[in-house]
Amino acid sequence: MSYRRFALTILGLTVLLVLLALACLVFGSVDIPAGKIMDIITGKGSGNRAWDIIVLQSRIPMIATAALAGAALSISGLLLQTTFNNPLAGPSILGVSSGAGLGVAIVILAMGGSLGGLLGEGVGSYMAVLIGALLGAGVVLVVLIAFSAIVRSNTMLLIIGILVSYLTSSVVQLLNSVATEEGVHNYVSWGFGNFSGVSTAQMPIYAGIIILALIGSALMVKPLNALLLGARYARNLGINVSMTRNILLLITGILTAVVTAYCGPIGFIGLVVPHIARMTLGTSNHSRLVPATILAGADIALLCAVASVSNPHGIIPINAITPVIGVPIILYIILNRRRIQYFN
Amino acid sequence: MNDTQAIFTTHDLAVGYRNGKNQVTLLSGLNLTLEQGRLVALLGQNGAGKSTLLRALTCDERPLEGTIEVNGKNLLEMSQKDRSRLIGLVSTERIQAGALTVTELVGLGRQPHTGFLGRLDDEDREIVRQSMADAGIIDKANEYMASLSDGERQKAMIARALAQQTPIIILDEPTAFLDVASRIETMRLLQTLAHDRGKAVLLSSHDISQSLMLADELWLITTDRQVLTGTTQELVAEGAMNRLFMNRSIHFNPQILDYSF
Repeated sequence: MSYRRFALTILGLTVLLVLLALACLVFGSVDIPAGKIMDIITGKGSGNRAWDIIVLQSRIPMIATAALAGAALSISGLLLQTTFNNPLAGPSILGVSSGAGLGVAIVILAMGGSLGGLLGEGVGSYMAVLIGALLGAGVVLVVLIAFSAIVRSNTMLLIIGILVSYLTSSVVQLLNSVATEEGVHNYVSWGFGNFSGVSTAQMPIYAGIIILALIGSALMVKPLNALLLGARYARNLGINVSMTRNILLLITGILTAVVTAYCGPIGFIGLVVPHIARMTLGTSNHSRLVPATILAGADIALLCAVASVSNPHGIIPINAITPVIGVPIILYIILNRRRIQYFN
Repeated sequence: MNDTQAIFTTHDLAVGYRNGKNQVTLLSGLNLTLEQGRLVALLGQNGAGKSTLLRALTCDERPLEGTIEVNGKNLLEMSQKDRSRLIGLVSTERIQAGALTVTELVGLGRQPHTGFLGRLDDEDREIVRQSMADAGIIDKANEYMASLSDGERQKAMIARALAQQTPIIILDEPTAFLDVASRIETMRLLQTLAHDRGKAVLLSSHDISQSLMLADELWLITTDRQVLTGTTQELVAEGAMNRLFMNRSIHFNPQILDYSF
């Protein structure tokens, strides 16, 4: 009975993914007829060089970037929610995204350049940015692990995550005060969030890391399910709890850091999508939750991407859209928490 | 059942807690034995060290001194995986499993026996079904955990421990949040598992009269931090029951197997 529900959900999310990807191909600041887009994708070419470049080097990379970013952030949120036994955990609310952002800012300023622009120049510089993001996310995760051992309250951990975000943003502002005007401008526009920052040359690294980490998360379904019962039961089921937690947080850190470095600190997706997946599937069984979360995350990110280019007067920042989708869902979950099974 | 026979023994075990550099010993010199087919109840007042002792026996906390052996093998030096095939646990910890069905939850008990991804094969599913039947929760097999009553939830957790197919089951206050009817039902179930399925069952409890009536053996933690073991008759005859509580105004009444004041 519930297998049917799972199969239908996966089917529905996949169909939606294809439709949203097509929408992203067709809609954009430049109007290109759908027939011509088909010609470009099938390799025939549209006869218009500018259209070819827009579709092949802008729209298709953006679709891949958005879908992978959505999947990555959503899986990060799911792993954090299970690891910390906290349904309101997510990479942005716990400050992991801000930590990665701080890492990015520090690397950029240490290299004497400006933020954002550097992501496009040379392998060495964007690897440095990536490593900065990884270290930043890693530091925040270590802080969270340390605090979660001391404060047992879920709410307190969320507040600590929010405090970490404030702290990192104040450090970033201090850094900005000594940065060049161009650097500050680039930093601010990076902070808006966008899925157009990954060029075709950078795509293999971006996609490669995310796909590997997503596969890693899919291999963790057994210990993730054991953790639903808490650390003591998980140990009793033969799980090495501290090693499992470290692996899960490493995967989370990598996913969040890569997305944040390339797309900016994107909020709400990581928090909301695992709940959408749980409510749609009606289970917290990770062997079903992980694939559904990956697909639903990709869908939501593509929806945001479509919305961001739907404005004829210019591109709407991603971070202006995610709260509009995310806040109502979170409020719904909070208000109905007694009726939603996994809160009981 | 393909459970292996087991006998569980502790040797000069000392338990307590470490507080920075300080070590606080709650109970020491413990030489305790659990046998197949017997239901043992651990009794003692709050703070006596029941949970601490159980956490040491389930290897959740390292004992301060001594060893624990199952069939002559040192439990403390075993891998987590090997231990998970010997001891099944039922505790009162809050779990996040409201959106799992009873079948899914009980299926988690198969984890020590399944492969890397935890997939259940037909044999596993049959064991899960049988465990739910034995625990008397099979009619709720497809219900969400969140929809169960406290007593039903505890049965599901016991079924989960049964699916683990361990020769030993340790339960930390399994009847703590239950109403009287569910308490009796749960204790009866545990007695059946010991007597008919040959499990070695150890539980801690606040419910003294029921433990005295249903357990094959008692472990009493006295107010002067000794652990007395024996059958109800033996311990009652020794007057051990009056060493369980500090309060001088209550006395154990052997006629009703309970305290009066």
